[in-house]
Amino acid sequence: MSNEEIPTSVKLSKYTPYFLILPTLAYMVFFIGYPLVQGIMLAFFDEQGRFTLENVNYLLYGPGSLFWDALKYTILLAAVIIPIQVSIAFGLALLFNLRFPGKNAALYTVILPLTISDVAAGLIWYVMLGQYGFFNKILMNLGIISHPIIFFGIKDMEFIAIVITEIWRATAIVFIIIYAGLQMISHEYYEAAEVFGATTWQRFRYIVFPLLLPSLQAALIIRTLFAFQIFGVVWTLAGRDIPVLAGEAYYAQTELLRPGVASLYALIIAGLSIAVGALYIKFFKAKYLEAGM
Amino acid sequence: MSREVLVKKSDIVKYYLRKIIIAGLVTIAVTWVALPFIMTIIYALSDPDQYYDPHIVIPTRYTLEHIHKLIVLGAWNATINSVIVAVLTILFSFAIGLPAGYAFARYAFKGKDSLKLFIVALRMFPMMVIAVPLLVLYFKLGLADTLLGIALAHTAMALPFVILITSGIIAGVPVEYEEAGLVFGLNRIGAFFRITLPLALPGLAAAAIFTFIMSWNEVFIAAVLSFQNRTLPAFILNLIGGATDFIKFAGAFIMVIPALVFVFVAGKYLVRMWGITLK
Amino acid sequence: MFMGDTYMVDVHLRGVVKRFGKTIALRGIDLDINDGEFVVLLGPSGCGKTTTLRIIAGLEKPTKGKVIFGNRDVTYLPPRERNISMVFQSYAVWPHMTVYDNIAFPLKIKKVPKEEIDKRVKWAAELLQISELLNRYPHQLSGGQRQRVAVARAIVVEPQVLLMDEPLSNLDALLRVKMRSEIKKLQRRIKVTTIYVTHDQVEAMTMGDRIAVMNAGKIMQVGTPWEIYNKPANVFVAGFIGSPQMNFIDVTIEEAQDGVNLVSSDFTIKLPQEYISLLKDYVGKTMILGIRPEHMYPLGYVPANLQKKDKIKGVVDFVEALGSDTIIHLNTGSKIIVVKTSGTYRPKIGEELEIVIDLDKIHLFDKNTEKAII
Repeated sequence: MSNEEIPTSVKLSKYTPYFLILPTLAYMVFFIGYPLVQGIMLAFFDEQGRFTLENVNYLLYGPGSLFWDALKYTILLAAVIIPIQVSIAFGLALLFNLRFPGKNAALYTVILPLTISDVAAGLIWYVMLGQYGFFNKILMNLGIISHPIIFFGIKDMEFIAIVITEIWRATAIVFIIIYAGLQMISHEYYEAAEVFGATTWQRFRYIVFPLLLPSLQAALIIRTLFAFQIFGVVWTLAGRDIPVLAGEAYYAQTELLRPGVASLYALIIAGLSIAVGALYIKFFKAKYLEAGM
Repeated sequence: MSREVLVKKSDIVKYYLRKIIIAGLVTIAVTWVALPFIMTIIYALSDPDQYYDPHIVIPTRYTLEHIHKLIVLGAWNATINSVIVAVLTILFSFAIGLPAGYAFARYAFKGKDSLKLFIVALRMFPMMVIAVPLLVLYFKLGLADTLLGIALAHTAMALPFVILITSGIIAGVPVEYEEAGLVFGLNRIGAFFRITLPLALPGLAAAAIFTFIMSWNEVFIAAVLSFQNRTLPAFILNLIGGATDFIKFAGAFIMVIPALVFVFVAGKYLVRMWGITLK
Repeated sequence: MFMGDTYMVDVHLRGVVKRFGKTIALRGIDLDINDGEFVVLLGPSGCGKTTTLRIIAGLEKPTKGKVIFGNRDVTYLPPRERNISMVFQSYAVWPHMTVYDNIAFPLKIKKVPKEEIDKRVKWAAELLQISELLNRYPHQLSGGQRQRVAVARAIVVEPQVLLMDEPLSNLDALLRVKMRSEIKKLQRRIKVTTIYVTHDQVEAMTMGDRIAVMNAGKIMQVGTPWEIYNKPANVFVAGFIGSPQMNFIDVTIEEAQDGVNLVSSDFTIKLPQEYISLLKDYVGKTMILGIRPEHMYPLGYVPANLQKKDKIKGVVDFVEALGSDTIIHLNTGSKIIVVKTSGTYRPKIGEELEIVIDLDKIHLFDKNTEKAII
């Protein structure tokens, strides 16, 4: 069959997938690519289009600039929260991998935090940890403490409140990724291990953990990247007492009316995410190669 | 044949002990998650006098006055705004993303793997970066402080998820069903709408709910892009600066109730969806 | 022998009942398996054979009843303390470990010294003919090779009881036949009490020392292959074993001058004197007559030494020529009777045939209880 005999519609159909994806790509370019470029422009170029470090200066040395604190707290929060979360989520996933009555109801309850915004989460823990909140009232009425523990207004206590809230809120995200990964491991793999003599710990170490590694890595990357964007919880519980990068971006935009600085903050968050993401991937890739996979 | 049958007591004890420990851990986990929700609902509805009394842990008198106050302040409008934005987000992201999902599921083409990787990477991209520049653009386009503007931004955020989820769902519908349609007289588009789509509907519905929740809860972008016409999270965020305790409680309450409804309605799907997509 | 108790052990199930929510999977299983025996649990899907196996393994706990190994009640003992091995239906060969590590795993868990592990892994691999594959990963192997890895892993510890859950069902036909004999030979060599689950009656008949035929959560009969085939205890066992399936015809029992008559709607079969005493409670009642296709012969193919016989007539409805055998579907009027005979005989459709029945091989079942009377 020579080329002239193939109808145009058939020839075109080779390109069908590309046509289907085109709208998405166009949308991405317009709503992500363009703003990204604009963001860089806003941060490093002034209204006349000249390159300027004015925003950078303001960020670093400007009056009332909390950049270094924001950077410190953003990273500190991530460093404290993530290991705790991953451990709890991991344990929870293993727990939910067992059979027990009421499992479904329990599962839906445990993922509830996933359905609410971080602002809501912050407010919920404001309820719990307030001076007259549940936490204090229970402890006082049980006689464990005589004065309520004040969480809000004192920087260090606010930090703890944020940590508690974030752990409560976002552990579910890590949990569900690990849990999904766990579900995909055929039960027969551990039944076989159990039949052949492995204790619960041995089953975990030799079968479950190695097969779960990909999910763990995915969870870790996603969680870390999102941790750099932490905003609602902090803003609700501590305002600017505990500055974080996203909070400072918001403040710069809405209070200081300096979009350039706000953009810069956002770009720094993006830069941090990319850097850490790349590091993670490199690290995990190395582990795979070394395991001979 | 009778024989001596030895039963080790410790075997039985260990068996039941294990069950008790599991039950205990599960109870702790569930309580830890559920208690804050419950207390929020209780305190948001409680009588202020009882709340401020240090001896009353769980109030017995309840009132809707805080909720009412919040609604008067604009919470109702904000909620409607959130709904509109979320619905628009679903419409846009599915209109654009579903075809792409179909392409990934049904076709093999050059660059498929790289494109897919690109979309996965996009998911991890901090979307807040687009908020400020987008506002500048919106001012020029007259979209600033509009629900449409927010929805468009949310669509950009949701697209990678929608593409990946729908791709997975469509891939889950055996291609043989479509092929049977093609054999019996349909063209590709007809086969998609009359065969694949109905079969994929449950999964797509779950994906829609997921998208709804994503848009509903998003706060940074919405807060940057809107001033008067705020979505609920942005509205509450703005309000809490100078708000009283009870306004804050009411705020939490209003934001939490829809979430509880979501889980009640679509819990099963959500677990499945989240796990697969967030990977 | 480097481990403590590696003697073969006998296994007993006493009144095992298993409920999953509202469904009753096992309705009271009693079974005695002798040490060193190869017992097959045979039955259609859903009969409870895999559930029984898993309860013996300890992967499930029975709702009621006991599992006993030797003289120890192991019902509450976790699988790893039962000194058993298992070959799973999907093999459960761990994808992230090499074949060597897979086979070595049970020994590694038992803290066997490295040189001993190496020796035993190589021994098992040799036995299953997979020695060249030791360094490969499961995804690089074919299904048949993975299955051998699973079997090698199961025998490397010298278990007290070896459990196999339909290990051959995922293999293609040729490989299945080959593995059948290899597994049986293996079991004879290492002499381990083996419990084997399958739905394939050919596997059961060729491999089992004894077979427990199961249906809907109950054991229908336990016996040697010979017993199951020649003396089925009930209609289910009679119909499940044998291919093509045994013919079942409703007959009424009538007393006759010199014997008993089995009267069906299409024909009457005369039984001699000796049967009167056996059937006297059933005179006037309906019973189910069972006769295997291979125990009926067209004229010209009747074995010379046939003692008791009778004839029936019919018209050929359909013929399956299999080469070695010919299967004739005979229409006797209101029923189709299946006859299996030599491949050299090929009647034509529509032909009228006379078929001789070997009366020594007929079975009569009580219509209500479905139990075998003869």
